[in-house]
Amino acid sequence: MKKAKRRALNSTRAPMLVFMAPFVILFTVFTVTPIISSVVLSFTSYNMFEPPEWAGFDNYVRMFFDDDVFLIAIRNTLVFALITGPVGYALSFIFAWLINEFPRGVRSFLTVIFYGPNLAGNVYFIWVYIFSGDSVGFLNSVLYRAGLIAAPVQWLTDPKTAIGVVTVVILWLSMGAGFLAFVAGLQNKDHQVYEAGAIDGIRNRFQELWYITLPQMKPQLLFGAVMTISTSFAVGYEAMNLTGFPSTDYAAHTVVLHIMDVGSIRFELGYASAVAVVLFAVMMAIWTAVNNALREKGE
Amino acid sequence: MTLSRSTGGTVTIILFLGLVGAFMALPVLYTVVTAFKPLHEIFYWPPRFFVREPSLENFTMLFEIAQEMWVPLERYIFNNIFVSVFGTALYVFVASMAAYPLAKYKSKTLDAVYWVVVLAIMFRPEVTRIPQYVIMNALGMVNTYAAMIVPVLSGSFGVFLMRQFMLGVPDSMIEAARIDGGSEYYIFFRLIMPMTRPAWLTLIIFTFTQFWNMSGAEYIYDEGMKSLSAVLSQIASAGIARAGAGAVVALLMMIPPYLVFVISQSSVMETMAHSGIK
Repeated sequence: MKKAKRRALNSTRAPMLVFMAPFVILFTVFTVTPIISSVVLSFTSYNMFEPPEWAGFDNYVRMFFDDDVFLIAIRNTLVFALITGPVGYALSFIFAWLINEFPRGVRSFLTVIFYGPNLAGNVYFIWVYIFSGDSVGFLNSVLYRAGLIAAPVQWLTDPKTAIGVVTVVILWLSMGAGFLAFVAGLQNKDHQVYEAGAIDGIRNRFQELWYITLPQMKPQLLFGAVMTISTSFAVGYEAMNLTGFPSTDYAAHTVVLHIMDVGSIRFELGYASAVAVVLFAVMMAIWTAVNNALREKGE
Repeated sequence: MTLSRSTGGTVTIILFLGLVGAFMALPVLYTVVTAFKPLHEIFYWPPRFFVREPSLENFTMLFEIAQEMWVPLERYIFNNIFVSVFGTALYVFVASMAAYPLAKYKSKTLDAVYWVVVLAIMFRPEVTRIPQYVIMNALGMVNTYAAMIVPVLSGSFGVFLMRQFMLGVPDSMIEAARIDGGSEYYIFFRLIMPMTRPAWLTLIIFTFTQFWNMSGAEYIYDEGMKSLSAVLSQIASAGIARAGAGAVVALLMMIPPYLVFVISQSSVMETMAHSGIK
């Protein structure tokens, strides 16, 4: 019996390797290698034309002591990640929870509305016209006619407002795959637990949410967290399309844009890699913290 | 359900949903109405949200711009369709194949691979772009369609999603197929894939949307190989006079992803219920 089982295992091993091979090769070459080579290149000075030169910790020293733009970029990235991340995550969950009890048709319609910005992709360019500082700016005209402003606000180019505008648009885009996971997860929860809860003295929606729904949703919540971290630290292209590149006084500059700036424009690839490594480190730290927090809550 | 729900609470919820729903929907709607605004309405002050005299002026304008363009618009549309369809098919195939062992074959190595896959979801292409570019350059892939497709194929989101769904396929069915002499390939194509149809439909939607909206401007220099999204930003960057034409391109571009999503929404929901990380 044992022998037969082992033979069966051996006969499945080869096909399993075949199944894994295409992904493992692609993943190794185009995802793992870039991450590892970033770490190695971050200790060098490299411009793509001459071979890399060992630079020790120079790039890291420069980043924190000699590059004011990087400091702006990391501050903005943290602001985006720490504001849009948790807010977007919470909104995704709250809305999934709120639409959960609607009839199927209404729920499907609202899902399309909330997920819509992610489908529309490039439509965020319409925000440029909404926030525009000239006569076509929709928001300015509304505020002007309401008597709230006397002169047009240059939302996109004024360093004071640029980051706020980008935050709004990021929030607009924040109900993505995580939101869909929450909607689906809530639909498939165990109803018996809720009836038992009602008998045990759960009195209102919020108690029900806290004591029954959230613990049941732990896997979806973790998935949503991964998706949120991945998108909220990658903010950059949205900012570039809205506020220009570079934005006025680098007001909406982010780490991703800084990597692009020093990497693909100035060809300082060693330095760009170092910036990327710092970003990886921050993302991993936050993921570890979120993972621990969510797991503890579930136990 | 035995729980009481207060009417006041319900009204508040509906108001709240309405407000946020408007915030989500209005920019999309504004794009749609702008596409039908004649030029004088685009310049009208104060700007109106809705269109007074809908016209197809912008569509003809786009058509004229397209005729004057160095590369015909059909070429960009072809590029988008080619990259989206071919890329999506490859992605779903590669991800599903890798997901099967991760879901159904017990081994310590594969458990480790699974966690690497989960962590790698966080490393979006935006973040690894520079070293990825160096590698693609070394492999001679820059300025080819492969430059748009291959980096997406190396992403791990699809593998993760398919694995979670495949966990739900009963082991007993796979065992039975093995005892009947079915090879692993037979089991994968004839048993696993048909049973995970909602999952790969979902993956098709996500991937198609991603490819469809991709700009690829960093990897593609040849004008004739650029995507619709790159052209949209070129048209839109010409300023306000082009706002109408830009809105038309945006409108035409969002139709395919919306259609695909609405048609297959129930499959998506079935899949996402399995997406949790355990």
